[in-house]
Amino acid sequence: MIHTHQRSAGVALGALGAFAATVAVVWAGLAVLSSPTGLKDTLVRVYRWVGLEGGAADIDRYGLTPTTEKMALAVIALTLGVGGVWALFVTVNRLVDQLGSSFERLARPWVFVAPALALLSFYLVYPAIRTVVISLAEREEGAGLAANYRSIFTEPDTLAAMRNNVLWLLLGTAGAVVIGLVFATLVDRVKREALAKSFIFLPLAISMVGAAVIWRFVYYWRPPAEPQIGLANGVLDWLGREPVAFLQTPPLNTFALILIMVWLQTGFAMVILSAAIKGVPDELIEAARIDGATELQVFRLVIVPTIRGSIITVATTVLIAILKVFDIVFVTTGGRFDTDVIANRMFQELIRFRNPGRASALAVVLVVAVLPIMVMNVRNLRRQGVGA
Amino acid sequence: MTTAVTDPSSTRAAKPLPTVGTGRWSRTWVRVTVVIIAALWSLPTVGLLISSVRSANDINSSGWWTTLLHPFETTWTLFNYQEVLGANGLFDAFVNSLIVTIPATVIPITLAAFAAYAFAWMEFRGRGVLFAVVVGLLVVPIQMTLVPLLQAYNSTGLTGTFLGIWLAHTGFGLPLAIYLLYNYISQLPKDLFESAFIDGASHFTAFVRLVLPLSMPALAAFAIFQFLWVWNDLLVALVFLGTDSQVATLTARLNELVGSRGQDWHLLTAGAFVTMVVPLVVFLGLQRFFVRGLLAGSVKG
Repeated sequence: MIHTHQRSAGVALGALGAFAATVAVVWAGLAVLSSPTGLKDTLVRVYRWVGLEGGAADIDRYGLTPTTEKMALAVIALTLGVGGVWALFVTVNRLVDQLGSSFERLARPWVFVAPALALLSFYLVYPAIRTVVISLAEREEGAGLAANYRSIFTEPDTLAAMRNNVLWLLLGTAGAVVIGLVFATLVDRVKREALAKSFIFLPLAISMVGAAVIWRFVYYWRPPAEPQIGLANGVLDWLGREPVAFLQTPPLNTFALILIMVWLQTGFAMVILSAAIKGVPDELIEAARIDGATELQVFRLVIVPTIRGSIITVATTVLIAILKVFDIVFVTTGGRFDTDVIANRMFQELIRFRNPGRASALAVVLVVAVLPIMVMNVRNLRRQGVGA
Repeated sequence: MTTAVTDPSSTRAAKPLPTVGTGRWSRTWVRVTVVIIAALWSLPTVGLLISSVRSANDINSSGWWTTLLHPFETTWTLFNYQEVLGANGLFDAFVNSLIVTIPATVIPITLAAFAAYAFAWMEFRGRGVLFAVVVGLLVVPIQMTLVPLLQAYNSTGLTGTFLGIWLAHTGFGLPLAIYLLYNYISQLPKDLFESAFIDGASHFTAFVRLVLPLSMPALAAFAIFQFLWVWNDLLVALVFLGTDSQVATLTARLNELVGSRGQDWHLLTAGAFVTMVVPLVVFLGLQRFFVRGLLAGSVKG
């Protein structure tokens, strides 16, 4: 290694100093950010330190204007968040450069992976295990070990949420995949393909909260005497029908909510499946046509079987997304009118009812549902021999 | 909204259209169906946009679609935006969302790029097992982590701080980031590294000088994913940041607006559009990278 000859006490001290300085600056910056008066206090201190007593007193008395404060905080936060992590990597690497070369070879990979692994452990691995423990441990006094599970599998509320989740999984996944597939097939045959795709694709950028507001407006209901301003009831009105309270009428409302998710996810299915369809060899399709197959037969007997792998991938991804759906239900109905789903129930138990035990048990139910997919992913990885 | 989706596969020559007489799928019907689906998909958003620039009175007295036929019989106004941005605090929330989203995108990319490089090109014990764990974590629902994390946050004072939510989004985004970047970085040609090492480059130099510039497409793809995901997130923002106006993100504020002003469509439509504008710009501007990322395999936990 070329830098071994640089190893001298001075350089090593410099590297250590740079690292220590980085840590100190990041630490101080975080302190300013984490207290509501942090910025003001720091400014007062800086003013005093440079000898501007009057300025310090002014700031202390009147504070900063809200906009100035917000912008200053934003600048500090962005510099710290973006620059801090890079500065730490650079200085730690400089430190490792100073180690003997055999140590260096052992230590370097860990400098690269340890920060990521530490965060993964703290934010995913440890909490996942802990959630299982909490789901068993935090229960009413004197109740059996599985009390939380027993209650969520017997109470009508949670059972209804699970039933709704199953509906979401079946209809939502089928809806997004089927419409995505049909559209991908059709759009392959029109001229302005890319433009047409954009329309279906666009909702992918919209948040579920935004989508919930958009569709609350579409489904908005008013008594028959008033003008209907929601699109859905506008159409009914035009057809001469009575308006329908889409979000308040079970079981219609659950289907109405599932449609929002289909609207959001179809673009994803369409993009992946469209790429897969383009990968189907032309000779295969031409051969089928020459043999006299209709276009529908070509689609059913040639295209769909060839892209089966992609269809399964898309369905799995959409399935996982739907399983965790929370925002749509939370913003539109809050789970009322018989529309609850597990993820919303879980949030309510955690934040509203402060019941960590039941919230954890509900989370475990979600994980059990994705476990087969997780096993499949890891097994595929092993088969490809990646990282082994 | 006129920018078109270009996915890499469409650079190939277009598939020859079926010649006349093949089957009953007349081209006209295909075209009509495509146009109908595209129109149905856009109508809800169009309705939102139009309503957001109509006066409250007009929104309540006639459907937004009537303006398509009689564009001059309604009062167009930007007042709704002025009101949501100012009085309803969406401007502050907008800044908060930026403060949350930018570091919560850059930090995981940085950490993941280093880790992906190590998994791909460095030797260390436990490499295979650790990478399998990362892949396993891809599908773990965030819900599985909320209870213990919230307890830990409450006891360390991280709840309601930007640092807390940056780290949370980083942790949740890392599996996908490492996975996507590994797939890309491990495919870079081996000779490249060998000649760099012969020239005396260290792993750190190779990473900064070679891997980062060459991986730009993959980095950009993940950056867009993570940006959209964090900006659009409500769950993590509500649990770890809360609804205090000092820190609340756009999604959290919009949700509150739905709760407190649920019938005031002039505010809700403008508010919803404010939350959507940045993702739409990012998305339309960079969708080439986004599509590439989607195709590279996306399963997000």
